[in-house]
Amino acid sequence: MREVLAISDKADTRAQVNLSFASAFSYIDLVQDVSDNITKIIGFDDDARYWIGMSIRESVINAIQHGNGEDESKKVGVCFSAFSDRLVISVQDQGEGFDISKVPDPTDPKNLLKPSGRGIFYVRSFMDAVSFNERPGGGLEVRLEKRLNKANQGEDDED
Amino acid sequence: MKIEDRLVNNVTILDVSGKITIGEGSIEVRNKVRSLLEAGKKDILLNLGDVSYVDSSGIGELVSCYTTVTNQGGQLKLLNLTKKMQELLAITKLLTVFDTYNDEGAALSSYQ
Repeated sequence: MREVLAISDKADTRAQVNLSFASAFSYIDLVQDVSDNITKIIGFDDDARYWIGMSIRESVINAIQHGNGEDESKKVGVCFSAFSDRLVISVQDQGEGFDISKVPDPTDPKNLLKPSGRGIFYVRSFMDAVSFNERPGGGLEVRLEKRLNKANQGEDDED
Repeated sequence: MKIEDRLVNNVTILDVSGKITIGEGSIEVRNKVRSLLEAGKKDILLNLGDVSYVDSSGIGELVSCYTTVTNQGGQLKLLNLTKKMQELLAITKLLTVFDTYNDEGAALSSYQ
Protein backbone atom coordinates (compact mmCIF):
# COMPACT_ATOMS: atom_id res chain seq x y z
CA MET A 1 0.00 0.00 0.00
CA ARG A 2 3.06 2.27 0.25
CA GLU A 3 3.34 3.66 -3.25
CA VAL A 4 0.27 5.93 -2.96
CA LEU A 5 2.20 8.15 -0.55
CA ALA A 6 4.06 9.59 -3.51
CA ILE A 7 0.95 11.61 -4.36
CA SER A 8 1.43 13.77 -1.26
CA ASP A 9 4.58 15.25 -2.75
CA LYS A 10 2.47 17.26 -5.16
CA ALA A 11 2.47 20.86 -4.06
CA ASP A 12 -1.25 21.50 -4.49
CA THR A 13 -2.42 18.59 -2.33
CA ARG A 14 -4.62 20.10 0.39
CA ALA A 15 -5.14 16.97 2.40
CA GLN A 16 -4.34 13.34 2.19
CA VAL A 17 -6.04 10.61 4.16
CA ASN A 18 -4.81 7.03 4.05
CA LEU A 19 -6.87 4.14 5.37
CA SER A 20 -5.80 0.54 5.55
CA PHE A 21 -8.06 -2.19 6.90
CA ALA A 22 -8.85 -5.90 6.80
CA SER A 23 -11.15 -7.20 4.06
CA ALA A 24 -14.41 -6.92 5.99
CA PHE A 25 -17.60 -5.08 5.03
CA SER A 26 -17.80 -3.61 8.54
CA TYR A 27 -15.20 -1.00 7.50
CA ILE A 28 -17.26 0.40 4.64
CA ASP A 29 -19.09 2.97 6.77
CA LEU A 30 -15.74 4.30 8.02
CA VAL A 31 -14.63 4.87 4.41
CA GLN A 32 -17.99 6.48 3.65
CA ASP A 33 -17.61 8.85 6.63
CA VAL A 34 -14.17 9.97 5.44
CA SER A 35 -15.57 10.47 1.95
CA ASP A 36 -18.51 12.55 3.25
CA ASN A 37 -16.16 14.77 5.25
CA ILE A 38 -13.49 15.29 2.64
CA THR A 39 -15.94 16.01 -0.19
CA LYS A 40 -17.59 18.62 2.03
CA ILE A 41 -14.26 20.30 2.74
CA ILE A 42 -13.40 20.41 -0.98
CA GLY A 43 -16.78 22.03 -1.62
CA PHE A 44 -18.82 19.53 -3.61
CA ASP A 45 -22.61 19.89 -3.44
CA ASP A 46 -24.79 17.27 -1.74
CA ASP A 47 -25.59 15.33 -4.92
CA ALA A 48 -21.93 15.09 -5.97
CA ARG A 49 -20.94 14.04 -2.44
CA TYR A 50 -23.55 11.31 -2.50
CA TRP A 51 -22.40 9.88 -5.84
CA ILE A 52 -18.70 10.15 -4.96
CA GLY A 53 -19.41 8.34 -1.68
CA MET A 54 -21.29 5.62 -3.48
CA SER A 55 -18.52 5.21 -6.08
CA ILE A 56 -15.90 4.80 -3.37
CA ARG A 57 -18.15 2.40 -1.51
CA GLU A 58 -18.66 0.27 -4.62
CA SER A 59 -14.91 0.24 -5.32
CA VAL A 60 -14.13 -0.83 -1.75
CA ILE A 61 -16.79 -3.57 -1.88
CA ASN A 62 -15.19 -4.85 -5.11
CA ALA A 63 -11.74 -4.79 -3.47
CA ILE A 64 -12.99 -6.75 -0.45
CA GLN A 65 -15.18 -9.18 -2.36
CA HIS A 66 -13.65 -9.76 -5.78
CA GLY A 67 -10.09 -8.57 -5.13
CA ASN A 68 -9.29 -10.07 -1.76
CA GLY A 69 -12.01 -12.74 -1.81
CA GLU A 70 -13.20 -11.60 1.65
CA ASP A 71 -9.95 -12.99 3.09
CA GLU A 72 -9.55 -10.87 6.23
CA SER A 73 -5.80 -11.45 6.31
CA LYS A 74 -5.59 -9.36 3.12
CA LYS A 75 -5.75 -5.60 3.39
CA VAL A 76 -7.62 -2.93 1.46
CA GLY A 77 -6.03 0.49 1.18
CA VAL A 78 -7.92 3.67 0.40
CA CYS A 79 -6.07 6.91 -0.20
CA PHE A 80 -7.98 10.19 -0.51
CA SER A 81 -6.01 13.06 -2.06
CA ALA A 82 -7.85 16.35 -1.86
CA PHE A 83 -6.82 19.15 -4.20
CA SER A 84 -8.37 22.60 -4.49
CA ASP A 85 -10.22 21.59 -7.64
CA ARG A 86 -10.58 17.81 -7.44
CA LEU A 87 -10.59 14.67 -5.37
CA VAL A 88 -8.51 11.64 -6.31
CA ILE A 89 -9.17 8.32 -4.59
CA SER A 90 -7.04 5.23 -4.90
CA VAL A 91 -8.52 1.90 -3.76
CA GLN A 92 -6.02 -0.94 -3.55
CA ASP A 93 -6.38 -4.63 -2.88
CA GLN A 94 -4.04 -7.58 -2.58
CA GLY A 95 -5.92 -9.89 -4.94
CA GLU A 96 -5.18 -11.45 -8.31
CA GLY A 97 -6.51 -8.54 -10.37
CA PHE A 98 -8.98 -8.93 -13.20
CA ASP A 99 -9.45 -8.05 -16.83
CA ILE A 100 -11.72 -5.01 -16.86
CA SER A 101 -12.52 -5.57 -20.55
CA LYS A 102 -14.22 -8.83 -19.60
CA VAL A 103 -16.72 -7.21 -17.25
CA PRO A 104 -20.08 -7.51 -19.03
CA ASP A 105 -22.17 -4.43 -19.81
CA PRO A 106 -25.10 -4.50 -17.34
CA THR A 107 -27.24 -2.44 -19.72
CA ASP A 108 -27.01 -5.06 -22.47
CA PRO A 109 -30.57 -6.52 -22.73
CA LYS A 110 -29.23 -10.01 -22.03
CA ASN A 111 -27.70 -8.83 -18.74
CA LEU A 112 -30.53 -6.63 -17.46
CA LEU A 113 -31.91 -9.26 -15.09
CA LYS A 114 -28.58 -10.38 -13.69
CA PRO A 115 -28.42 -9.78 -9.94
CA SER A 116 -24.83 -8.50 -9.98
CA GLY A 117 -22.37 -6.65 -12.19
CA ARG A 118 -23.54 -3.03 -11.82
CA GLY A 119 -20.95 -1.67 -9.35
CA ILE A 120 -18.22 -0.67 -11.82
CA PHE A 121 -20.82 0.70 -14.22
CA TYR A 122 -22.12 3.02 -11.50
CA VAL A 123 -18.59 4.11 -10.58
CA ARG A 124 -17.83 4.99 -14.20
CA SER A 125 -21.13 6.86 -14.51
CA PHE A 126 -20.57 9.09 -11.49
CA MET A 127 -16.82 9.81 -11.58
CA ASP A 128 -14.93 11.89 -14.18
CA ALA A 129 -12.07 9.42 -14.58
CA VAL A 130 -11.65 5.79 -13.54
CA SER A 131 -8.60 3.66 -14.20
CA PHE A 132 -7.63 0.14 -13.23
CA ASN A 133 -3.95 -0.56 -12.72
CA GLU A 134 -2.06 -3.64 -11.68
CA ARG A 135 0.02 -2.85 -8.61
CA PRO A 136 3.70 -3.70 -8.67
CA GLY A 137 3.99 -6.73 -6.42
CA GLY A 138 0.40 -7.85 -6.96
CA GLY A 139 -3.12 -6.59 -6.45
CA LEU A 140 -5.23 -4.03 -8.21
CA GLU A 141 -5.44 -0.27 -7.85
CA VAL A 142 -8.64 1.48 -8.89
CA ARG A 143 -8.10 5.19 -9.26
CA LEU A 144 -11.09 7.51 -9.23
CA GLU A 145 -11.16 11.22 -9.91
CA LYS A 146 -13.88 13.82 -9.50
CA ARG A 147 -13.32 17.42 -10.51
CA LEU A 148 -14.96 20.38 -8.84
CA ASN A 149 -16.85 22.59 -11.29
CA LYS A 150 -19.68 25.10 -11.33
CA ALA A 151 -22.27 22.37 -11.76
CA ASN A 152 -21.30 20.30 -8.72
CA GLN A 153 -20.06 22.98 -6.33
CA GLY A 154 -21.83 23.55 -3.02
CA GLU A 155 -23.35 26.99 -2.38
CA ASP A 156 -21.31 27.70 0.75
CA ASP A 157 -17.99 27.01 -0.95
CA GLU A 158 -15.59 29.89 -0.48
CA ASP A 159 -13.04 29.06 -3.18
CA MET B 1 -33.34 -1.57 8.02
CA LYS B 2 -36.95 -2.40 8.78
CA ILE B 3 -39.67 -4.09 6.73
CA GLU B 4 -43.33 -3.96 7.69
CA ASP B 5 -46.02 -5.68 5.70
CA ARG B 6 -49.68 -4.97 5.20
CA LEU B 7 -52.24 -6.64 2.97
CA VAL B 8 -54.46 -4.40 0.83
CA ASN B 9 -56.80 -5.86 -1.85
CA ASN B 10 -54.78 -9.10 -1.90
CA VAL B 11 -51.56 -7.21 -2.59
CA THR B 12 -48.85 -7.37 0.08
CA ILE B 13 -47.29 -3.97 0.55
CA LEU B 14 -43.82 -4.05 2.10
CA ASP B 15 -42.91 -0.74 3.70
CA VAL B 16 -39.13 -0.78 3.65
CA SER B 17 -37.07 1.76 5.60
CA GLY B 18 -33.33 2.18 6.14
CA LYS B 19 -30.51 0.88 3.99
CA ILE B 20 -30.60 -1.79 1.29
CA THR B 21 -26.90 -2.51 1.03
CA ILE B 22 -24.51 -5.43 0.90
CA GLY B 23 -23.96 -5.73 4.63
CA GLU B 24 -27.37 -4.70 5.83
CA GLY B 25 -30.69 -4.79 4.06
CA SER B 26 -30.21 -6.96 0.96
CA ILE B 27 -30.74 -10.28 2.72
CA GLU B 28 -33.73 -9.06 4.72
CA VAL B 29 -35.59 -8.06 1.55
CA ARG B 30 -34.77 -11.40 -0.06
CA ASN B 31 -35.92 -13.41 2.95
CA LYS B 32 -39.12 -11.43 3.31
CA VAL B 33 -40.06 -11.88 -0.35
CA ARG B 34 -39.26 -15.60 -0.17
CA SER B 35 -41.44 -16.10 2.90
CA LEU B 36 -44.33 -14.30 1.18
CA LEU B 37 -43.99 -16.55 -1.88
CA GLU B 38 -43.96 -19.63 0.36
CA ALA B 39 -47.20 -18.40 1.92
CA GLY B 40 -48.71 -18.07 -1.56
CA LYS B 41 -48.67 -14.27 -1.55
CA LYS B 42 -47.38 -13.51 -5.00
CA ASP B 43 -48.53 -9.95 -5.60
CA ILE B 44 -46.02 -7.73 -3.86
CA LEU B 45 -45.59 -3.97 -3.81
CA LEU B 46 -42.30 -2.68 -2.41
CA ASN B 47 -42.73 0.75 -0.87
CA LEU B 48 -39.22 2.24 -0.96
CA GLY B 49 -40.08 5.81 0.04
CA ASP B 50 -38.23 5.58 3.36
CA VAL B 51 -35.12 3.85 2.02
CA SER B 52 -32.19 6.06 2.97
CA TYR B 53 -29.47 4.36 0.94
CA VAL B 54 -29.13 1.68 -1.71
CA ASP B 55 -25.98 0.33 -3.36
CA SER B 56 -25.43 -1.92 -6.39
CA SER B 57 -26.02 -5.00 -4.23
CA GLY B 58 -29.35 -3.58 -3.12
CA ILE B 59 -30.33 -2.85 -6.73
CA GLY B 60 -29.23 -6.40 -7.62
CA GLU B 61 -31.39 -7.76 -4.84
CA LEU B 62 -34.45 -5.92 -6.20
CA VAL B 63 -33.75 -7.45 -9.62
CA SER B 64 -33.37 -10.88 -8.04
CA CYS B 65 -36.65 -10.55 -6.15
CA TYR B 66 -38.37 -9.37 -9.32
CA THR B 67 -37.15 -12.43 -11.23
CA THR B 68 -38.10 -14.87 -8.44
CA VAL B 69 -41.61 -13.43 -8.07
CA THR B 70 -42.20 -13.27 -11.84
CA ASN B 71 -41.01 -16.87 -12.29
CA GLN B 72 -43.58 -17.97 -9.74
CA GLY B 73 -46.38 -16.25 -11.59
CA GLY B 74 -46.57 -13.23 -9.31
CA GLN B 75 -45.98 -9.54 -9.75
CA LEU B 76 -43.45 -7.38 -7.92
CA LYS B 77 -43.75 -3.63 -8.38
CA LEU B 78 -42.05 -0.62 -6.86
CA LEU B 79 -43.66 2.32 -5.08
CA ASN B 80 -42.25 5.73 -4.09
CA LEU B 81 -38.73 5.49 -5.50
CA THR B 82 -36.42 8.14 -4.11
CA LYS B 83 -34.79 10.45 -6.67
CA LYS B 84 -31.43 8.74 -6.18
CA MET B 85 -32.89 5.27 -6.60
CA GLN B 86 -34.74 6.38 -9.72
CA GLU B 87 -31.44 7.56 -11.17
CA LEU B 88 -29.69 4.29 -10.30
CA LEU B 89 -32.44 2.31 -12.01
CA ALA B 90 -32.53 4.67 -15.00
CA ILE B 91 -28.84 4.54 -15.90
CA THR B 92 -28.80 0.75 -15.74
CA LYS B 93 -32.00 0.65 -17.87
CA LEU B 94 -33.93 -1.06 -15.08
CA LEU B 95 -36.80 1.42 -15.29
CA THR B 96 -37.69 -0.51 -18.44
CA VAL B 97 -37.94 -3.69 -16.33
CA PHE B 98 -39.75 -2.54 -13.20
CA ASP B 99 -43.28 -1.23 -12.98
CA THR B 100 -42.93 1.85 -10.77
CA TYR B 101 -45.52 4.10 -9.12
CA ASN B 102 -45.63 7.24 -7.04
CA ASP B 103 -49.20 6.69 -5.91
CA GLU B 104 -50.24 3.72 -3.80
CA GLY B 105 -53.81 3.66 -5.11
CA ALA B 106 -52.64 3.61 -8.72
CA ALA B 107 -50.12 0.91 -7.91
CA LEU B 108 -52.78 -1.26 -6.24
CA SER B 109 -55.23 -0.88 -9.15
CA SER B 110 -52.55 -2.04 -11.58
CA TYR B 111 -52.63 -5.55 -10.05
CA GLN B 112 -56.25 -6.13 -11.09
